[in-house]
Amino acid sequence: MADVTMRIWRGDATGGDFENYTIALNEGEVVLDIIHRIQATDAPDLACRWNCKAGKCGSCSAEINGKPRLMCMTRMDQLPEGPVTVTPMKAFPIIRDLVTDVSFNFEMAKRVPALLPPPMPEGGYRMFQQDVERGQEFRKCIECFLCQDVCHVIRDHEENKKNYAGPRFFIRYAELEMHPLDTNDRRELLKEEMGLGYCNITKCCTEVCPEHIHITDNAIIPLKERVVDADYDPVAWLGRKIRRRTKKTAAEASVQPAP
Amino acid sequence: MAAVENSTKVVLGGTRGGPEVPTLRQDRWRIQPMVTAGILTSFIIYSTWAAFQNRYYYVGASFGRDLISPFYSPCIGGVCVPGAKAGFALNWFRLSPALLILIFPLGFRFTCYYYRRSYYRAFWFSPPACAVADAHGKYSGETRFPLVMQNLHRYFFYAGLVFNTLLTIDAVEAFREPGIGWGVSVGTVVLCVNAVLLWMYSLSCHACRHLLGGHVKSFKAHPIRYRFWKFLTPLNAKHMNLAWASLLFVGFADIYVRLVASGAITDYKIF
Repeated sequence: MADVTMRIWRGDATGGDFENYTIALNEGEVVLDIIHRIQATDAPDLACRWNCKAGKCGSCSAEINGKPRLMCMTRMDQLPEGPVTVTPMKAFPIIRDLVTDVSFNFEMAKRVPALLPPPMPEGGYRMFQQDVERGQEFRKCIECFLCQDVCHVIRDHEENKKNYAGPRFFIRYAELEMHPLDTNDRRELLKEEMGLGYCNITKCCTEVCPEHIHITDNAIIPLKERVVDADYDPVAWLGRKIRRRTKKTAAEASVQPAP
Repeated sequence: MAAVENSTKVVLGGTRGGPEVPTLRQDRWRIQPMVTAGILTSFIIYSTWAAFQNRYYYVGASFGRDLISPFYSPCIGGVCVPGAKAGFALNWFRLSPALLILIFPLGFRFTCYYYRRSYYRAFWFSPPACAVADAHGKYSGETRFPLVMQNLHRYFFYAGLVFNTLLTIDAVEAFREPGIGWGVSVGTVVLCVNAVLLWMYSLSCHACRHLLGGHVKSFKAHPIRYRFWKFLTPLNAKHMNLAWASLLFVGFADIYVRLVASGAITDYKIF
């Protein structure tokens, strides 16, 4: 059994600093185990948010050695030798120690226009397997908000939070836009209000996703291509006019009640 | 918009936790952007030099071969070497034909989603690596000119398909051995591999995947597009590898043709 030094950020909105804790390390332990042991022995007032300890609730997000990760899924034996640094997520305001205020994400969630299916046909709605599978990947999201945290658009530019949904909600938009029963058109909203154009495809959201969702390739880029269809592609525009394919605008659709 | 107006406002500001440092990462995160910057810079310098050379880009009948550098194909300028000329020529253009041609493949690569990731990190430091501070105080992403022009990627994709077709024709013509007949030389293999890699890079493109199937809402209603999408999706996952492989190989193909055309090396016949 070896000892490990943990450098943990302690503080709140008034300020803070690192505190070092040297503690015994057992085989197979994850960072959250160590945090709990520190709470039990050295620092009972150390604040951290956690729940399932199985990588499924998305509560214990933090930055370990500078990388956004789930504390419960980061094995201590896979970290390099030396002190382990644990800090709260940088993109969100601190509440205390490792706990941040992630309410920005809930505000962005409210802005997502709901699924808008057509009137119920006789026999009910039907969805086929290949269409179900397409959105399945996005439903793996555990809302840990690590993708939001690592996204430099808001991590390094607080002012962009006003008009930027962020990767977590781009996968929600993508899931809805790819839903075969959805008649809503969120492309204008994505372009004008949700800041899709701010994303410069650096793929950090995909790199940190603990559920290995291909956020950039399967959600953000397809959404960008849909916006190109709507606004930057005269050939596609002409095609829609000729085939008289009309969609509701985001403004019209967003006033519809959720089903 | 109603949904936006009904929601509460996002509260900006608030004290963030952690120290005010650009990053706390301890791994060697600088290596990836440095390697990317090194390779891309080398390629840009080499391709610029090669484009202005305007010679040694065609291995013709005097060598018993029919090999043309991908940088100079189709040779539609007014000053092509004998045998390299395409079906038509812009006779008024007296500079190197590569200057006309390279605009399209370079435009395709410049607006490519993968290369955007690479050069935003390596050259613009926006950000240099994940969880490392952006080097710029203000950020507007791809919402304004000139970066809003990245949305023209699909047009460069269309142009890229034309060039792929022409380079495939070049690869087929590389089997010709003027005065001898038909055969396979190392040059033939180089141009064939080059054409295959360029096709794979283009077909793995995100715009291609979207245009051929990804844009539909219901795969059940569009089974053929669904098949295209299913075929292209695993290829798309390899887009990064194909981007690098095709970039390096197109440079290698030019170097090979250049060395053979200048007499520095011999293009050995395989059979």
